[in-house]
Amino acid sequence: MGFVSRGFRGRPRDEGVKLPPGQYLVHDFPVLSAGPTPRIPLDRWEFAIDTEDGRTHRWSWQELMALPSETPTVDLHCVTKWSKLGTAWKGVSLDTLFADVESSAEYALVYSYGGYTTNLPVEDLLDGKAWIVYQFDGEELAAAHGGPARLLVPHLYLWKSAKWVQGIRLLNEDWPGFWETAGYHNYGDPWREQRYQGD
Amino acid sequence: MTEPAQDSYQDGNALAGPLREIFAVDVTAAAGQCVHCGLTGPVASLRVYGPAPGLVARCPACDEVVLRLVRGPESVWLDLRGTVSLRIPLPARGVPDGSEADTT
Repeated sequence: MGFVSRGFRGRPRDEGVKLPPGQYLVHDFPVLSAGPTPRIPLDRWEFAIDTEDGRTHRWSWQELMALPSETPTVDLHCVTKWSKLGTAWKGVSLDTLFADVESSAEYALVYSYGGYTTNLPVEDLLDGKAWIVYQFDGEELAAAHGGPARLLVPHLYLWKSAKWVQGIRLLNEDWPGFWETAGYHNYGDPWREQRYQGD
Repeated sequence: MTEPAQDSYQDGNALAGPLREIFAVDVTAAAGQCVHCGLTGPVASLRVYGPAPGLVARCPACDEVVLRLVRGPESVWLDLRGTVSLRIPLPARGVPDGSEADTT
């Protein structure tokens, strides 16, 4: 039997990959931007969780680094239809950060340095589903990709994984964020192709 | 990790095509006022990030969001909450010449 070519454009490692509907595979790491890239010195960086009754839990960079870390490898799905598989991160699970937070709020509004916001249910941040990550592929997270630290919620479209994360506000009512108030879906499940309002 | 050019934006003329889908006039020629700092200037002078996931036009003075435009498959969302007002130039109206019948 002769050699069967996959063709010049063949990407053997793409074969058999199951992607959410409407997505295509990329091997680079596209950067989409809605504004200037914030530059936050680590000695002024702070992450906060603000509860619905006005209490704030804060972590400095050193305090974040002192927490137990995890190394999730996850697939990313952007609402602009690219997917990137097997991305390797290092960061702190939101379960760890929420361990001492007393709250019965059902909704979260994530806010970032630079003014970006995005909303999601609190339950989507817990039970091993979300992290504050500060390394990508073994290197410190570049500012273009949200460094020094970003939220990682890989089971939702990537706009929910807020770059330059600054804090999470816990709310009794849902408060749509930056893209959710401009036509994008309030929840954003890529497997249900929830791209726009009404999807 | 790929590191594309950062902080890259276009001027407000990048809004001309998408806004022409919505309005009968060229809105990039309009003078808009920023809600955040009060700067008044042509829409064409805004700093436009995007186009994906959406166009985000920011004030060249304070960097706050003045206009957002998201084009879905069957709808366009236009958010002008960062704009106090738009002054849109129009052709001069015809001046009545008094020849019309007096209906009073």
